[in-house]
Amino acid sequence: MSPRDLRGAAAIVGVAESDLGEVGQDRYAIELAAQAAGTALAEAGLTTRDVDGLFCAIAGRGMAPLDVGEYLGVRPRYTDGTMVGGSSFVSHLHHAALAIAAGACDVALIVYGSTARSDSGRGRLAMGPPELPSYEAAYRPRPPITGYALATARHMHQYGTTRAQLAEVAVAARQWARLNPKAFARDPLTVEDVLAARMVSSPLSTLDCCLVTDGGGAVVVTSAARAADLPRPPVYLLGAGEAHWHRAISQMPDLTVTAATESSARAYAMAGLGPEDVDMVQLYDAFTINTILFLEDLGFCKKGEGGDFVSGGRIAPGGELPVNTNGGGLSYCHPGMYGIFPLIEATRQIRGEAGERQRPGVSVAVAHGNGGQLSSQVTAILGGRDTL
Amino acid sequence: MTAPGSEAAVTPRHEAAVTGSAPHREYLDRLAAGSVPFQTCDGCLTAVFPPRVICPACGATELRWSESSGLGTVYSTSVIAPRDADPYPVVLVDLDEGFRMMSTVVETPAADVPIGMRVRAHVEQDGPSGPRVVCTAAEAAEGEDAS
Repeated sequence: MSPRDLRGAAAIVGVAESDLGEVGQDRYAIELAAQAAGTALAEAGLTTRDVDGLFCAIAGRGMAPLDVGEYLGVRPRYTDGTMVGGSSFVSHLHHAALAIAAGACDVALIVYGSTARSDSGRGRLAMGPPELPSYEAAYRPRPPITGYALATARHMHQYGTTRAQLAEVAVAARQWARLNPKAFARDPLTVEDVLAARMVSSPLSTLDCCLVTDGGGAVVVTSAARAADLPRPPVYLLGAGEAHWHRAISQMPDLTVTAATESSARAYAMAGLGPEDVDMVQLYDAFTINTILFLEDLGFCKKGEGGDFVSGGRIAPGGELPVNTNGGGLSYCHPGMYGIFPLIEATRQIRGEAGERQRPGVSVAVAHGNGGQLSSQVTAILGGRDTL
Repeated sequence: MTAPGSEAAVTPRHEAAVTGSAPHREYLDRLAAGSVPFQTCDGCLTAVFPPRVICPACGATELRWSESSGLGTVYSTSVIAPRDADPYPVVLVDLDEGFRMMSTVVETPAADVPIGMRVRAHVEQDGPSGPRVVCTAAEAAEGEDAS
């Protein structure tokens, strides 16, 4: 089977978030994951009894698929616990499509949950022993923000990107969030607010950073043939690509070029589409620099022109290229790992179910995941029935 | 220096890496002795950092320890501003031998460390968690050497 054969072979048939925001006081990550799973399966007209492929990653849980399988009562014949940080769930979608095409499973459940916000107040953040000695810790970076700050500083140095341009990313995300009743941060936000916010790891301020929330999400995937018999309009996986070049920020070859250049090229090749065919973009905006880097690396503008590209409201409501129409990690939710939410929002927009923030005529959307410190990059291209 | 001796000559090549000293232990020992250590691949001559048992450029398992001159250039920088302590820079430094590491710059105000600054790396023996490599402005460091 060639990558091109995977185009349109699998479809998303159900998506859901759990409760979001600060909802984890007496809860555990797995409960939010299970809540999202139940809702997404119901939307798909399926139940946990139908699931035979389980895909999940939960920070700090080394055997997350076993925990989730037991909790849901799912006994999968195919399991994938790939953990490449926040991009894991876009990776899971790619793997699920491959597994379904190979006959290894029929109904794949991709699921995530986190109580990151509640955990920060109650000391639940114990970390395991390091896999490798750190050659960074002695310099007291603040992970992950310092890694992204170093990339930002380098981008500003090489291309003249400004803090005001970074702020435009946060403002656009907030304007979208104001149209999304589920978004966590919905107060008005200006460029001046972002520029005046407390600096955490220069040149990034508190308002250049994503939220920390509780929350979970789930995506149900099956074959295109079976999807045709289910209640929701299928949203097809047209293309997917993965790439990673480093783990530690000090080992990233060029801090202004991410492996999204490769992951997106693979996804476009599989889909037989290019950036000019894409109606909207959902991408992993852990920090304002992410949006600029990924718009460049996914081909929406040239390298170095991302700061100019995001200015003047071009990615905000009413702009030429809608980006992160749910409000993104910057204003909608960011429960530890964000990568399942771009899939959920892209699916809803293609179905035409995004309420006040719905854009007309969305047939192709990109969902892009990022993990680690600009490390893991996974791109998915989704489309409605008219794209097959 | 674990110089290849007669014993190494009779050791099967595929065992050399796993029977040698542990890379991190060797790194810490060399750091404590005052050098800025890195490895060089015998096969492709790539400078390798952090330490490991296989060359990430060509896959060879023959890596030799080297000592950096310490001269390098700041590739990127971020100033961290804790609420209750002085700000400090976290930098990525490209050493002239061809490897990059995270470090910090001392004896210069944090805000005055630009990208492109020439620095000299040396070992600070009493770092917060033991010996660590820190940098000073190259001119200042050379001035001190001369005095």
